[in-house]
Amino acid sequence: MSAYYSSLAMVTSAVLYLLAMTLHAAEWASARTAVTVAEPELATVGAGASQRPAPPASERPARSPRTEAFGRAGLAITMIAAATHVAGVVLRGIAAERAPWGNMYEFITTSLAIAVIVYLVLALKFGMRWLGLPVTLLLTIGQGLAVTVFYVAVSDLMPALHSVWFVIHIIAAATAGAAFNIGAIAAILYLVRTRAEARGDVRGYLARIPSAETLDRVSYRFHAFAFPLWTFTIAAGAIWAQYAWGRFWGWDPKETWSLVTWIIYAVYLHARATAGWKGRRAAVVAIIGLASFWFNFIGINLLVSGLHSYAGI
Amino acid sequence: MKTLVSWLRFAWTTLTSMRTALVLLAVLGVAAMPGSLLPQRPTSPVGVSDYLKAHPDVGPWLDRLGFFDVFGSAWFAAIYLLLFISLIGCILPRTAGYLREVRSQPSPAPGKLTRLPGHASAVVETDAAAVLDAAEAHLRARGYRVRRDAESISAERGYLRETGNLVFHICLVTMLIGLAWGSLFQFRGTAIVVEGQAFSNTLTQYDDFGSGAAFRSTQLSPFTIRLDSFDVRFETGPVQTGAAREFNAHVRVSQPGQDDTTASLQVNAPLQLGGDQVSLLGHGYAPVVTVKDGKGDVAFSGPVVFLPQDANFRSEGVVKAPDARPERLAFQGVFLPTAVSGGASGMVSAFPDALNPELLLNVWSGPPKQETGAPENVYALDTTGLTQLKDDQGNPVSVALTPGTGFKLPDGKGSITFDGWKRWTKLQVSTTPGGWLVLGSVMLAVLGMALSLTVKPRRLFVRVSAGPSLDPVGTSAPTTVSVAGLDRVDGRGGLAGEVEALATACGIAATLSPTEDEEER
Repeated sequence: MSAYYSSLAMVTSAVLYLLAMTLHAAEWASARTAVTVAEPELATVGAGASQRPAPPASERPARSPRTEAFGRAGLAITMIAAATHVAGVVLRGIAAERAPWGNMYEFITTSLAIAVIVYLVLALKFGMRWLGLPVTLLLTIGQGLAVTVFYVAVSDLMPALHSVWFVIHIIAAATAGAAFNIGAIAAILYLVRTRAEARGDVRGYLARIPSAETLDRVSYRFHAFAFPLWTFTIAAGAIWAQYAWGRFWGWDPKETWSLVTWIIYAVYLHARATAGWKGRRAAVVAIIGLASFWFNFIGINLLVSGLHSYAGI
Repeated sequence: MKTLVSWLRFAWTTLTSMRTALVLLAVLGVAAMPGSLLPQRPTSPVGVSDYLKAHPDVGPWLDRLGFFDVFGSAWFAAIYLLLFISLIGCILPRTAGYLREVRSQPSPAPGKLTRLPGHASAVVETDAAAVLDAAEAHLRARGYRVRRDAESISAERGYLRETGNLVFHICLVTMLIGLAWGSLFQFRGTAIVVEGQAFSNTLTQYDDFGSGAAFRSTQLSPFTIRLDSFDVRFETGPVQTGAAREFNAHVRVSQPGQDDTTASLQVNAPLQLGGDQVSLLGHGYAPVVTVKDGKGDVAFSGPVVFLPQDANFRSEGVVKAPDARPERLAFQGVFLPTAVSGGASGMVSAFPDALNPELLLNVWSGPPKQETGAPENVYALDTTGLTQLKDDQGNPVSVALTPGTGFKLPDGKGSITFDGWKRWTKLQVSTTPGGWLVLGSVMLAVLGMALSLTVKPRRLFVRVSAGPSLDPVGTSAPTTVSVAGLDRVDGRGGLAGEVEALATACGIAATLSPTEDEEER
């Protein structure tokens, strides 16, 4: 019974995310008419207070009531969707009588649930509602794929998954995945915003998202959080592999792509500290890292046969 | 000579530069990709030969370039060795510099604090020394290292960032050492053990064995493991029907100088025997047959390991009776644990468990063969010198047996009975020398990485100078106090707040504009 309600909640959340995305799209469409704002240089630098005039409140264009209403509605719908989404994950666990992370469907729904919770905290506590459109887009696509393509009915685990490492390894992977996704969204916005800033044509949606420098910093923070966690995920997987297969590393396709993903993010972190690489190039590397993460999840599970063939599709 | 030295120096600086390291890292990532997309010899030799057959044009070239053993290839090793040399070349000077920095005091405060991103200044009616005392106490309480000069204070904190950074990178090197050590001394072997049979840990008992260059057979821990029974349970419900749900091998272990013990060997619960780990890797069926020859003597009796071919354990195997007389006999065929009619494809297995076992065999016979002692594949039949038995119509004799039934071969060549079946398990025995070094390195590396990504290195400064008198007849000496802060790494917030707190401690009020990052909150 709870399996049925779990599926119902998941499908509902996917539809609600689509609705929230539409509302955010309307928010930004209605903001297109907003005035162009020259980016004051001071806004990006923590210049000394004594000389600096009080930051003008009009640095960000005042939101028109309509724009604001769309944005709030989008956020509210996202909150309802998140509640049904989390309920879906919990019910799935109850139905399966285990942690609901045994296959692709369960992994992606859990990882997206973490992502939406993180986004809601950012939006409600830190005023980062500007993430709304890209995040709801991600959630719509992710949940949509989950309930249509990846869905499998509840079943027991295969013996290889009967381990305490099942919980540790997978929750770490799901959390790191959520953070990598949000970090990459910030990196994409950074690229868009930098381009607009370079052309001196910052308006509409772009005028409402933070400066390129802040976006870069937000992106970095998510990656700086996710990278050690991803390292831990690989290490925990290796320890588990030692128990299950008698070797901690065997170049299984999933292991290999985890390492490839790790390397790309290592390049990102180093690039950010290297002259000539920081900024645009680093952001591009972060996006490639996410592409590798997704390929490891979808491509390797479905196209390549290996020891991590748990999709059950 | 001079040019050689300068060339070497140039090569070294280039190799150890960050850009080169970045490029090498990226190349390593790209180089690993084909290893996951093409079949690899160490894990899937059959996949490689299939690929070579399917791609006769590019296959041999890929083979020559080592693309079927990417992770053992010279070019892959070259990339990561260069990367690690580059890494060591980067760590050494950085460690030396860091040790110097940790042992020395922070560098003095800059002359003009107004140039720094976060600063404030004001005039106070307090003695300069008192201001500096208050500032020093404030900074020390917050864990800063403080350097006090006559008219300034320079304070620094966040040394752990570079500590973590160095620990992380050094741990990568020790991990590689652990891996190299492991690959020299490791061994891994597999053996198929049928229920009721035993495996002794000596080289001759392995079906398949691989080891590092420095491995000696004396490394093998002396033990015997006997498989009493093997439980397996498959999903019978509508979802994922036939998927394995439980494996449990009941074994008895004998070790020299110890009493025999019983143990349960499961997928995620390997046995540790001496220094070796015994893992459960696979399982299958071994039909038990008795072969009688033309003279009526038992030529073979016992379980024969059949190898599973699909998810429902359609298993193939060969029963050989070389001692049968007057003619030796051999049987080749399939074991179906749950036999059902599969239409055009004949009999198939519909479920992995043995619900309706059936043994289907072809029969071969031939004159006795000279015993040569040459090793022979037990899973394949070499039909040289053998002819397939045919019935009166000239069709090959096809034997279909259920447990307990038998078949009399034509022309009085003998008989075969299918007595029953047993399960077998594939056991893997392996060691991981250097594993503790790898594990310890990785754990420390994660810790170091977390430090290097979270600790905020920050410098704060106070500068005092005799200020313009506020009160012409005042008694106390006025002091101009400037405070400022500087973050050494970007991507951090909270600088303004700390400079403000320092200003308050110095007796001046300051409101700094937060960086835009903090505005977001």
